[in-house]
Amino acid sequence: MFENLSQNIEQAFRNIRGKGKITEINVAETLKEIRRALIDADVNFKVAKEFTNKVKEEALGKNILIQVEPGQFLVKIVHEELTKLMGGSNTGLSIAKNPPTVILIAGLQGSGKTTFVGKLANHLKGKGKNPLLIACDVYRPAAIDQLTVLAEQVGVEIYKEPDNKNPLLIAQAGIQYAKKHGKDLVIVDTAGRLAVDEQMMNEISVLKESLKPTETLFVVDAMTGQDAVNTAKAFNDRLDFDGVVLTKLDGDTRGGAAISIRTVVDKPIKFISAGEKPEDLELFYPERMASRILGMGDVVTLVEKAQQQFDQQEAERLQRKIRKNELDFDDFLSQIQAIKKMGNIKDLIGMIPGMGKMVKDVDIDNDAFKHIEAIIRSMTKEERMKPQIIDGSRRKRIATGAGRSVREVNELIKQFDGMKKAMKRMNSMGAGGKVGRSMGALRRR
Amino acid sequence: MLNFFKRKENKDKLDQGLEKTKKGLFSKLKLSVLGRGSIDEDVLDDLEEVLISSDVGVSTTLKIIKRIEARVLRDKYTNASELDSILKDEIQQVILENHPESLDYFDIPTHEVDGKPMPHVIMVVGVNGVGKTTTIGKLAYRWRSQGKRVLVGAGDTFRAAAVDQLKLWADRVGADFYSKGMHADPAAVAYETVREGVTKGHEVVIVDTAGRLQTKKGLMDELSKIKRSMDKILPGAPHEVLLVLDASTGQNAISQAQAFTEATQVSALALTKLDGTAKGGVVIGVSDMFKVPVKFIGVGEGMDDLQVFDPRAFVASMFDPIGT
Ligand SMILES: Nc1nc2c(ncn2[C@@H]2O[C@H](COP(=O)(O)OP(=O)(O)OP(=O)(O)O)[C@@H](O)[C@H]2O)c(=O)[nH]1
Ligand SMILES: [Mg+2]
Repeated sequence: MFENLSQNIEQAFRNIRGKGKITEINVAETLKEIRRALIDADVNFKVAKEFTNKVKEEALGKNILIQVEPGQFLVKIVHEELTKLMGGSNTGLSIAKNPPTVILIAGLQGSGKTTFVGKLANHLKGKGKNPLLIACDVYRPAAIDQLTVLAEQVGVEIYKEPDNKNPLLIAQAGIQYAKKHGKDLVIVDTAGRLAVDEQMMNEISVLKESLKPTETLFVVDAMTGQDAVNTAKAFNDRLDFDGVVLTKLDGDTRGGAAISIRTVVDKPIKFISAGEKPEDLELFYPERMASRILGMGDVVTLVEKAQQQFDQQEAERLQRKIRKNELDFDDFLSQIQAIKKMGNIKDLIGMIPGMGKMVKDVDIDNDAFKHIEAIIRSMTKEERMKPQIIDGSRRKRIATGAGRSVREVNELIKQFDGMKKAMKRMNSMGAGGKVGRSMGALRRR
Repeated sequence: MLNFFKRKENKDKLDQGLEKTKKGLFSKLKLSVLGRGSIDEDVLDDLEEVLISSDVGVSTTLKIIKRIEARVLRDKYTNASELDSILKDEIQQVILENHPESLDYFDIPTHEVDGKPMPHVIMVVGVNGVGKTTTIGKLAYRWRSQGKRVLVGAGDTFRAAAVDQLKLWADRVGADFYSKGMHADPAAVAYETVREGVTKGHEVVIVDTAGRLQTKKGLMDELSKIKRSMDKILPGAPHEVLLVLDASTGQNAISQAQAFTEATQVSALALTKLDGTAKGGVVIGVSDMFKVPVKFIGVGEGMDDLQVFDPRAFVASMFDPIGT
């Protein structure tokens, strides 16, 4: 197993000598390009800078095991990190234990709130809910009419009081109405407001405090520029909203605001509004969004292809080696040393495509190898080459020499045997597909 | 509904809106040059941050910085305190290139056909929710207060309640209103609105259109058609195609400007929502890449929250020490 791993690494190093590691210098140009791409996509200037710096710091010194330039490799890492940043759990809508579920909608003027309310109602109706829309935009001319038309379009009821100028009273009465008429969910549409409009921000925080909504959603135009951070932060400070809705993504905007918002408020993006029809509502896919914001799709694809290729070679080589079943403790030791030279072990293994999946959820600390190494070093040459001669008294000696317990020595030898047996079994099955298992011997330490 | 207008009736609004823009930029600039003995890489880096954080855009920012660098080299400036005036100068130049000297945008040009006065026709376009209808209401209000006869046409027959919205505005500011209801052919609405204006002798005709994303080919073609329909009834109309941009929009504003120009030969821009925290630096970027003047800025939701865009004042205000 490790023989193959280290051979691979050595091979890879031979192939790409000179650009095997990510360094400050060899990615400087790319870093600039990435930053510019992000800013052109409207990612906030500071956010873009801090994000790329962080990714670079973490990538520095990383080995590149495949045939690509360090810069290209960095692009791929950035893409992955962007995906990670925007992803995460908790993207569904919460539903109240005691109906009705109350969903409060907030956002700037013209961000697409009312249209989204129609879409959400349509979506939830399709999921068997019985939504009521409450019209609380008492300011914009014909806002209530607009919601009325949308309610009709999607076939849900609307609660409105055209002569009432108090959104809180309307909302409260609407919720009472919902309870009385068996509506299990209400969506409260509110007027657009600027984060600096103290009076209006007060109004919405009072709405939130009094209604205690199950979900408060912040609706934001995907075309928003650098200001997205300020607005999102201001709304979040006042409302502590639960999720973000990105609208107008059916256009050609790159949508960098998604990154900015996620960075400053760390709330999940729950829906994508992309179109003017009630059914134009989508769930959020972080990977797609990352590609859209970063662009550079060709580079990402190139690196992925190289990784796949590497995967294939790796698998073939692995199979050949295992078939011979030639592993001894000496090999084991040199492999460990080779690996140790490469820096962080989990990172390193994780960077080998295919391996990454295997070690992702497992704890490997760099010390895991220290004890193994000490034990093997205490073995004689003969013992290393013929593990079967290591009897009880030899074990005791080895343990003392290594400063480990006999139990640990026993365990290592057992694991080693187990690994060989597993390989043998696999050979007789004629499949190399399960090699990943033998890693368990080491990982469990 | 009345308190919609009462809510923000104060006239200081205009200045307040602009104040925020200049304060943001200026205080950052002050910080950036503070305690620096010369215009070095650090100062330029800070300038870059100031400009980009204001949505000026990477290429325009780099262009401005290059010009400053060149000028610093040429004039051998050593003092960062001169940076203010250099930067102001450069930004001003970028904007001024595309703006006329006089700023009488609220004066209506006259048009005649066979010696008979014809209305000045304005078509308002833009993506969804930027503030087209509101801007029409504000413009109509301005011209109504000058005693002009204004007609607005409900060319957005698509978005729910769009016709009602414009009607409410028309009633409020005392403008005449022309509509064929929802779902009517917008080109027909535009045609008939202009015809109505010609026969009834209006001085200004403003035609609303449905918001549309510039990437939707079919809808952009529809817009070209709406525009052509007006020329059929009154040659030369519309005399102005006003593209409304939202100040909080980022770099997509440039794509918007390009696409709408292709479809309708945009002749002027209105920049709305400058009363928010968005810096409005997008104007500089758009002005630079897209050679059309910004004529109006929106600084609130009330009928008088509209101001003529004054490029000198706008740039000067960015550097106005009173802002701090
Ligand atoms: N704060 C502020 N809000 C504005 C300004 N201009 C427009 N709005 C608000 O922005 C929202 C959208 O304005 P509309 O005029 O309906 O925009 P539109 O472009 O006609 O929208 P569609 O027809 O739906 O595409 C409304 O809530 C307006 O009150 C402005 O200058 N400042
Ligand atoms: Mg409109």
